[in-house]
Amino acid sequence: MSEQVAFQHIEKSSLIGQRIKKPDAPAKAIGKTRYINDMVLPQMLYGKILHAGRPHAEIIDIDISAASSLPGVHLVITAKDIPDLKLGFVKDNAPLKDKVRCERDEVAAVAAESEAIAAEAIKLIRVTYKDLPGVFSAEDGLKDGAPVIQERFPDNKSLKFEFHHGDLAGAEAGSDIVLDDVFNVHYVTHCCMGTSCAIADFDHNGKLTIYSQTQYPYNYKMDLAPALGIDPGDIRVIQPPTGGSFGAKLDVYPFEPVAAILAQKTGRPVKILFDRQEEFINSPTRQPARIHLRSGCTKDGILTFRAADVLMDNGAYTSWGPTVPVIMMRTTSGHYRVPVVDFTGQAVYSNNAYAGSFRGYGNVQMTYATAQHMDMLAEKLDMDPIEFRLKNAQKSGETTPQKSFLRECALAECLTTAADAADYVAKLKKYTDERSEEGRYKRGIGLASSIHNAGGAKIHKSDGCGTILKMDDYARVTVITGASEIGQGIDAVIGQIVSEELGVPPEHVTLVNNDSDLGPWDVGVHASRTTFIAGNGARRAAIKAKEQILAAASKQANVSAEELDLRGGYVVQDKDGAVVTRLDKMLRQMHFQPEPDVVMVSDYYEPNSEPEGRDHISDHSAAYAHAVHIAEVVVDTFTGEVKLEKITMAQDVGRVINRMGLEAQMEGGVAFGIGFALSEEMLFEQGRLKNPNFRDYKVPTAPEMPEIEMHFIESDCAEGPYGAKGIAELPTIVIAPAIANAVYNATGIRFFNPPMTPEKVARAIWEKTQQ
Amino acid sequence: MSVKTELTFTLNGRPVTLEVPVEMTALALLRDGLDLKGTKYACGEGECGACTIEVDGVTVNSCLMMAVDLQGREVMTIEGLQTNNALHPMQQSFVDHGAVQCGFCMPGMIMQANYLVKKNPDLTREEMTRGLEGNVCRCTGYSKVLDAVAAVVGAKQEA
Repeated sequence: MSEQVAFQHIEKSSLIGQRIKKPDAPAKAIGKTRYINDMVLPQMLYGKILHAGRPHAEIIDIDISAASSLPGVHLVITAKDIPDLKLGFVKDNAPLKDKVRCERDEVAAVAAESEAIAAEAIKLIRVTYKDLPGVFSAEDGLKDGAPVIQERFPDNKSLKFEFHHGDLAGAEAGSDIVLDDVFNVHYVTHCCMGTSCAIADFDHNGKLTIYSQTQYPYNYKMDLAPALGIDPGDIRVIQPPTGGSFGAKLDVYPFEPVAAILAQKTGRPVKILFDRQEEFINSPTRQPARIHLRSGCTKDGILTFRAADVLMDNGAYTSWGPTVPVIMMRTTSGHYRVPVVDFTGQAVYSNNAYAGSFRGYGNVQMTYATAQHMDMLAEKLDMDPIEFRLKNAQKSGETTPQKSFLRECALAECLTTAADAADYVAKLKKYTDERSEEGRYKRGIGLASSIHNAGGAKIHKSDGCGTILKMDDYARVTVITGASEIGQGIDAVIGQIVSEELGVPPEHVTLVNNDSDLGPWDVGVHASRTTFIAGNGARRAAIKAKEQILAAASKQANVSAEELDLRGGYVVQDKDGAVVTRLDKMLRQMHFQPEPDVVMVSDYYEPNSEPEGRDHISDHSAAYAHAVHIAEVVVDTFTGEVKLEKITMAQDVGRVINRMGLEAQMEGGVAFGIGFALSEEMLFEQGRLKNPNFRDYKVPTAPEMPEIEMHFIESDCAEGPYGAKGIAELPTIVIAPAIANAVYNATGIRFFNPPMTPEKVARAIWEKTQQ
Repeated sequence: MSVKTELTFTLNGRPVTLEVPVEMTALALLRDGLDLKGTKYACGEGECGACTIEVDGVTVNSCLMMAVDLQGREVMTIEGLQTNNALHPMQQSFVDHGAVQCGFCMPGMIMQANYLVKKNPDLTREEMTRGLEGNVCRCTGYSKVLDAVAAVVGAKQEA
């Protein structure tokens, strides 16, 4: 009785901005979730790849006889056993190689009955190589007479991107201050906790089912098919839970077609799973870059130009890495008002590892340079660095030289919010004054800002996402979305959004998004796009379902649909929340009525952005956002250790959707940035990775994490779901230059070549004392 | 091919007897021999903590322990932490505080966190941070993990 009274009227309430738990968290916390790494299929064989382990060589002979005759081995293959089919961004890569161009090159592959037998068989393969002189930097690749890496590219020049805007010579002549510096941004890698894995299985109609960690299942088919010589339509992609991704799984890498070829030839499912050393050596890296940046301003502190000449080591093959200038140039041209822009990005083939996409995608590299130059200009001007930045900060409605339309621009608010919260200006002066004093420990504070696409990035012709939504007779909702879950939490966000619209609890929403045979098209998890794009799609689908239900209810209750709403599992009167009927009852009645119907809707959301053209002049994202990080550090001048004590951040998130998920993305993004800034570096010698393990490649652990104070600026994005913008990359982008600026404040030393390891910092401090 | 030996130990409260190859690690036994896939492989050399289990009440990296060395011991894995099919308070706290993203490192992280709190119910945040140093997570930045552990410590102190 009391329950009935309580439910006669249901107040309007909102889940937006609340803390929503990830629906898959309990199964993960109890160890029940079966990741792809844990999967075993009936009759499954274990694949293993022989990697060259040398950077550049001709393959003279491969003797597989001993490996083939090992009991338990089903198949050994080399490049000779498969058609000459290519993969990669410019189709310069192959599943198995007939020539070695880098350490990771796949020379042979085995399928066997156990991992141990496969590993033993790999050791029995005898390869005769003729080593060739190598190219181990972009600079060396450009030299006259440099060894040619890819025969199709005899000058070793890979991708090139350019953007020029305005009169550079005139702008330089009109500048009172010009800075000219070279930044060298290093190799780092994703280190997903779940190592790379694929399981391939062909049926007797020639259809491939591939269990994959991919974060872009639909284009993945398009990229995988040419390497196998099959139709993309004959590939089904299943995405079991995956142990992290961060951009590492945004391309097809050779082990995936190799697994498929082994499966095709043996007629059995084949699993390839990397161990940690294989993961370090054979995974994509972040694109390293030599950034020659020049920036100018007037004596009044108005930016006059930026000119960036970016040279990138392409490595031996072309994945997404060398395409990062597409984003680098947006920051060069669009972060602060830059009237004149000159950008060139050139990639050069070498015998080093090759880069893929990685959270922050070029912007981590570029912002490391631009954000330090902003501080350096302010110092030369002897101007308060906040005042300098505010003078050049765009306002809402401005357009950048590349035609990024900053419809809602909260850059100034991010700057002042973070600066006020951290007491930045006062501390900056105090620590500058203290720099010359005696003492082992020096404090420093540093600020950095950046811009990033926050409404997808239309680097393909489409940036859309499909959604199918159905409701059952018990008011449970199933959402089939093209958007992938890689740990980032779209499962929670879609549940939240659908609940918001349909007035059902989030736990009554089931998400289906791991099977390309079920899901509609989506571009993939990248570019901070999923909450924005898939969230919009889910919301639009839910609104369609709601309209259908309310139309049916309006007939039955004889009131207009506009006067009705869905709340708490009921159809109610919108004005006072008075209960009309139970939602589940309404849904059942819908298919028992004279014109029977079920709730089963679909939506395709394509953001109103423009494709990135060859001239790079387009509004390529449906929204843009800014973030400002302030880092406070203590530098031990004896050991060179940089202790990061606190991060104060302000980011334009448009609108908070899932507050808990948002905080989690910020904290995780900060951790990536800290690793990049202070400890992580892949060390290559003559093309060989010297530190392929967690001992010698130091990812941040709990003690390295600072206190993080977060301020979310809600600029209410007109295009975003409930006003939200994409959020996940900015925290990784801005932190390293904030730390570099703080280390400068503490020591008076600029670090143009991250990471700022204790060895490097201690040496720089010692060298400074020798001057 | 390989030499096998009989092994008897207690696994999540139940006795187990089986034949194991002498060169097998405890991690491989749990995952491949006993189908307890909650314990994860992520580095295989004791650097990341994803394979953390409890042996005789102390956490170890199961990738560094040989299976035969479990003879006669009490072993608890992430699957053994729940009671009566309900999440253990530490597991629940990780869920409630948003500490789980991809979740791959979480079984090891939760085992280590639970061990730290059992050993010292008055654990400070500093001690938690140091105690979880051997568990690598690439998603969370550790803040929500520490919040989750702190909430369990707080609840115990109030009780």
